[in-house]
Amino acid sequence: MDIRKFVVGCYDDEEVLFPAVKKVRRAGYKIHDVYTPFAVHGLDKALGYRETRLHTAGFIYALMGLTTALSGISWILAKDWPLNIGGKPHFALPAWIPIMFELTVLFSAVGMTLTFCYLCNLAPFVKKHHFHPRATDDLFVMVIECTTKTNVQEAQNFLASTGAKEINVQMAEVGWWLGTYDKDRKIFEVGKEAAVSA
Amino acid sequence: MSLKKYESFVREPLVDGDKNYHQVTEDIVHTIETKPTRLWYIGFTVSVLLLLFGAYAVYREVTYGIGQWNLGRTVGWGWDITNFVWWVGIGHAGTLISAILLLFRQGWRTGVNRAAEAMTIFAVMCAGQFPIWHMGRVWLAFFVMPYPNTRGPLWVNFNSPLLWDVFAISTYFTVSLLFWYSGLIPDLATIRDRAKTKLRKMLYGIVSFGWTGSIKHWQRHESLALVLAGLSTPLVLSVHTIVSFDFATSVVPGWHTTIFPPYFVAGAIFSGFAMVQTLMVVTRRVMNLQDYITIGHIEAMNKVIVLTGSIVGCAYLTELFIAWYGANQYESDAFFKYRLAGPYGWSYWLMMTCNVVSPQLFWFKKLRRNIEFTFIMSVVVNIGMWFERFVIIVTSLFRDYLPSAWSLYYRPSIYEIGFYIGSLGLFFTCYFLFSKYFPVIAIAEIKHVLKTSGESYKAKMDKLEEEEPDQFFHEMVGADHH
Repeated sequence: MDIRKFVVGCYDDEEVLFPAVKKVRRAGYKIHDVYTPFAVHGLDKALGYRETRLHTAGFIYALMGLTTALSGISWILAKDWPLNIGGKPHFALPAWIPIMFELTVLFSAVGMTLTFCYLCNLAPFVKKHHFHPRATDDLFVMVIECTTKTNVQEAQNFLASTGAKEINVQMAEVGWWLGTYDKDRKIFEVGKEAAVSA
Repeated sequence: MSLKKYESFVREPLVDGDKNYHQVTEDIVHTIETKPTRLWYIGFTVSVLLLLFGAYAVYREVTYGIGQWNLGRTVGWGWDITNFVWWVGIGHAGTLISAILLLFRQGWRTGVNRAAEAMTIFAVMCAGQFPIWHMGRVWLAFFVMPYPNTRGPLWVNFNSPLLWDVFAISTYFTVSLLFWYSGLIPDLATIRDRAKTKLRKMLYGIVSFGWTGSIKHWQRHESLALVLAGLSTPLVLSVHTIVSFDFATSVVPGWHTTIFPPYFVAGAIFSGFAMVQTLMVVTRRVMNLQDYITIGHIEAMNKVIVLTGSIVGCAYLTELFIAWYGANQYESDAFFKYRLAGPYGWSYWLMMTCNVVSPQLFWFKKLRRNIEFTFIMSVVVNIGMWFERFVIIVTSLFRDYLPSAWSLYYRPSIYEIGFYIGSLGLFFTCYFLFSKYFPVIAIAEIKHVLKTSGESYKAKMDKLEEEEPDQFFHEMVGADHH
């Protein structure tokens, strides 16, 4: 359980959000995250995130699939139970290419998807704190984490100056927990100062 | 990546009308949040009835054996494998649209990719039924899986194209499903976050996996989509190639040709796009999505149909040429005596008319942009592609090398037809449920292209910002103090 205090600013246009992100970072605030309804290209760069290495994982899974297919088939057909099929060689590599290819793709796709879900904490019955319900509709929600040094009022004013349409302060759990979205019960007590979002 | 926007004004807008982000959500989620129309109920009921008839036909086949079908001495593959190949072919369009067109940066894919991917998955589900039930003793179907068993162990034959099929189809189904579902997650979260009823909030909460829309998650999501597209592109080509190997690696006259893989793949794309057209033309009207699936989208798909239809036509002619040029008696008999003429000659000419002649009408722009004509053509093409598979399978099989092994005229039994009708029922039942409970258009992707390709935005487009995100990124490296 990790509850922190956040200043939340909501923008209604990514063209306002971009300069805002830059201003907020230049001013030295720590951006916890930005939530957007779609993938805004370049925003990951503006936030200073490095490239994801998910595709490297995909490549490694692909090699695993290839190895599994080649070693499995060759052991079965050439070692464990060699069958004479029309006098052809037991080690019939060209005939194995289709299945080797299919398993390469299968391992890579399944592995990458599972890795993606693991990294992003995505699974059925996983619940997270949502700073604004319209973050999946039409709002771009920038969340600034408050440290002990942060002047909350000043941060709010600063967000307003960058063009945020809606600003509030929230106490929120940063991780995930098990639950469903029809029940409001949270795993932590909401503090007095927490504003109920939306 | 740049924020500077430029979009050709020659290119048609992908989203018509004056929309903002919220309006996009409203338009697409609307049908999920309201009661279905009468038309939906009627269509759904008819589909379920067809499905039930199919279930009865399969029940007969399992209980009394393959003898319920009219497969004969040499026609061991009849309607069932015809249907299998037909459905697999249809199942190619979705991944082609979402994967290959993504890699080719074809913007128009965004309007139709979600429904096309769903269609792919349902078509592959239908396809899988046929070889499985064709096994006869279906309770032993798991024998196709290579696992250490107590029968020796008796392993499967990895050199057999039939086993390649098992791997190809199951991999294709799995990867298509993952691709489709990973794209759905953000849109399901959109429905969850605006749900008014408790049940909807709970159900869409479960299926949206707790998606928040965090930028880091979006970054990984895009990477996942891109790599899955890269994997699916050779995959989609491999699947129908492998299906064609079922025929091409045999020594049956009419099957034993090297042209089969490209010819099958082109045919698959051809019939797949036709099925997408059939569904899209109806979906856009019934669900009022004309702004998202525009005439431009329909026209783009019709262009693919005329291209692939022509490739298929070339393949037919090449086959005939080689049958003559190859000077093999059996080969030339298979084509010139049993396909062009003979008891099944009618099916060959039906195939030629539907697949090669009729799509040429799409060279006319007026016809490409005509909704009614497109709908009729899409059905005609799928009839033609069904007959292509029928021609390939039955006309090559019904007369063996020796006249003593010639079959009687093969016509399907009611349970063979019933199985096919049942698969149509399964397909449309799934599609009706999908169109009611899932966003038929990729909401997030439409929003992504809205400001570059939306009708109202294209008019007032100019350069937005001088500073590139890359430039800012380098400037800010190490500037964070946390």
